[in-house]
Formats: sequence, structure tokens, C-alpha cells
Amino acid sequence: MKYGILVNEGPYQHQASDTAYQFAQALLDKGHELFRVFFYHDGVNNGTRFAVPPQDDRNITARWSEMAEKHGVDLVICIAAAQRRGLLDEGEAKRQGKDGNNIAPGFRISGLGQLIEAGIQSDRLVVFGD
Amino acid sequence: MSEPWEEEGPGTIKKFMYVNRKAPYGTIYALESLEVVLIAAAFEQDVSMAFLDDGVYQLKKGQDTQGIGMKNFSPTYRALEGYDVEKLYVEAESLAERGLSEDDLLVPVEVMGREALAELMDEQDVILSF
Amino acid sequence: MTMLHTVNKSPFERNTLASCLGHAKSGSAILLIEDGVFAAVKGTAHEDTVRGAVADHKVFVLGPDLLARGMRPEQVIEGISVVDYGGFVDLTEQHDKVQAWV
Repeated sequence: MKYGILVNEGPYQHQASDTAYQFAQALLDKGHELFRVFFYHDGVNNGTRFAVPPQDDRNITARWSEMAEKHGVDLVICIAAAQRRGLLDEGEAKRQGKDGNNIAPGFRISGLGQLIEAGIQSDRLVVFGD
Repeated sequence: MSEPWEEEGPGTIKKFMYVNRKAPYGTIYALESLEVVLIAAAFEQDVSMAFLDDGVYQLKKGQDTQGIGMKNFSPTYRALEGYDVEKLYVEAESLAERGLSEDDLLVPVEVMGREALAELMDEQDVILSF
Repeated sequence: MTMLHTVNKSPFERNTLASCLGHAKSGSAILLIEDGVFAAVKGTAHEDTVRGAVADHKVFVLGPDLLARGMRPEQVIEGISVVDYGGFVDLTEQHDKVQAWV
């Protein structure tokens, strides 16, 4: 079965990102396909490579990046939400005249259309939020 | 310029419902949900919006945000029709519990009882809640 | 068509569970996750409501969230099934769609 996931909350602040990750891992373990994880609202903060959690804590961003690398999961950060919250990839940084970018490996920034497409393409869209 | 998702040609039309249960301004959910609906309109899916619980406050007439320094986005609800988003459902019980009536709302809507709304939710393919 | 509802709020903090129960059709499934798991425990002020829900719906609770909060499966109201994340996935597969009562 083909899945899409929507994450609406920031990492560490709310359990939504963790639950979404555990759910994603479980569905991959069962041999399902994860079409896309879309990060919206504060959920975009899942994708900053500048976060440095304490060593004895989980690294939420790195965990997603590893999943993307291992399973080819498409991790999409909403551009509108990202712009509000200071999440930038190289192209966006250049376009907005910012002096750096902070997006983590495996993530990409794109439009809200990617969420709708995930809803259309997936057999199930599962939302994790506050 | 065409976006990648537009190049897939006419595909399935799914029933998308956007469920709004949160009040505006206290959190960003109402505003960013509205942004999703506007983008989604371009996908020619069968779109509806449901307003229940505190979500009905999103449609309250006379919002004046000058004093809080935030943008009043409530006029956008009136623009939805221009995007062919015409199915706005408001739950009667949620209005009544809050001492509101249809006259308090800034846009024409279909007010319906909880049971009818539950029925409608059940008919959806994708339910997005923020 | 059947629906899986997820509820992630404590019934003591918000009306999420009540709102879900007000809209979930008879026979649909409800999965309590995150802070929503407190509703599954016996002896709370919400027990009667939840017992009523069990009579009308298939109710599940996410075990890892229960254990994380110091609750044991034995404390769960009869009729509620404890599932793990794999069970959560199975529930989404068994139902046509998922509504998150966030």
C-alpha cells in the first residue's frame, strides 16, 4: 500500500514528529511504500541540519535523513511555511539574498502542491499534528 | 510555467475535506490551512471545508487585527468562491455552543447538524486536519 | 467505507476525544495515541464516556505511548485493544481513510 504522511509540528516541541517517524518506520518494515513525507507549519523545522540535540537524545533530523537515504523516501518541506521560519536550501538562500542555507540531506523545499499530490497519489494520507 | 504535478494529465478526482477545528490568530493553523486550500484549488479535486468546534470562529464577521499587529486574513474566505471552493460546511452545534448564528459569519455557508457532517466526513477520500 | 480516527489529546486538556466521538460513525475505529492514551485507563472521570465508546466503536490504544506514560496494559478499560506501531499501520490499511483529530 502507498502512504503519504503530513507532519504539522516541530521536532522536540511536540511528539507528532516522533510518532510520524515511528509510524513511517513501521510501514516500511511491513513492506509498504512511503511515497512522501510533507512537513508543514512548524513541521518544517524537522529539516534543519543546524540542530544539535544532546548526545543522549534522538536526532530527529538525522533520523529522517537516514530514512530518505535508505528507503528513498521523498521528504518535502513546504516553501511558504519554510520561508516564514527561516528554512532555506541553496537556491532559496540565493533568491532571498541570505548568507547561508540550513536544509538537511534528503530534504527538499517545494510547494504545497506536493501535499495535494501526496493526497491524490497515496492510498492513505496520515496526518500527525498537535 | 507548468509544475511537475500538472504534467500527469487528468487523473483521479478525490474528495478532499479540510477540517478546521481551531480559532484564528492564537495559532497559525487557520491561516496556513487556508493557504493549502487555495493551492489545492488548482488540482481540480472535489474540495470541501468543514468548520467545527473553535474552527467556526475563523468565519466570524468583523475581525479587526490592528491592535495585535497581525494580518487579518478573514477576507480570504470570501475569495474562496473565485477559486471554485464553494462547499463550506459549518456545524450547527458548534455555532450554538458558542452563542453564534449563521448571521455572525462573514461568508455564505451551509450550516448542518453534527450527524450530517459526520456523514459527509465518512464520504471523503482524504481528510486533512491542521 | 470505514474510517480510522486518531486522537492524540488528553481528555482532561481538550475536547478532542469528545469531538471525535460526536462524529465517529458507529462501527468505525478509534486509536488513542500520544496524550490521548490517558482516556484508555480505568478509574478516570472519563471512564464512562470511553466505555460507551467501546460499545459502539472498535477502540485501540498505542502501547508504546501507554508504557512511556507509566501506564500498563492491565489498566486499560476492557474492550480496548493495545497495539504497537505495526498495529497502527495495520489499522490504517484495514480502513479506507484516516481522520486525525488534531
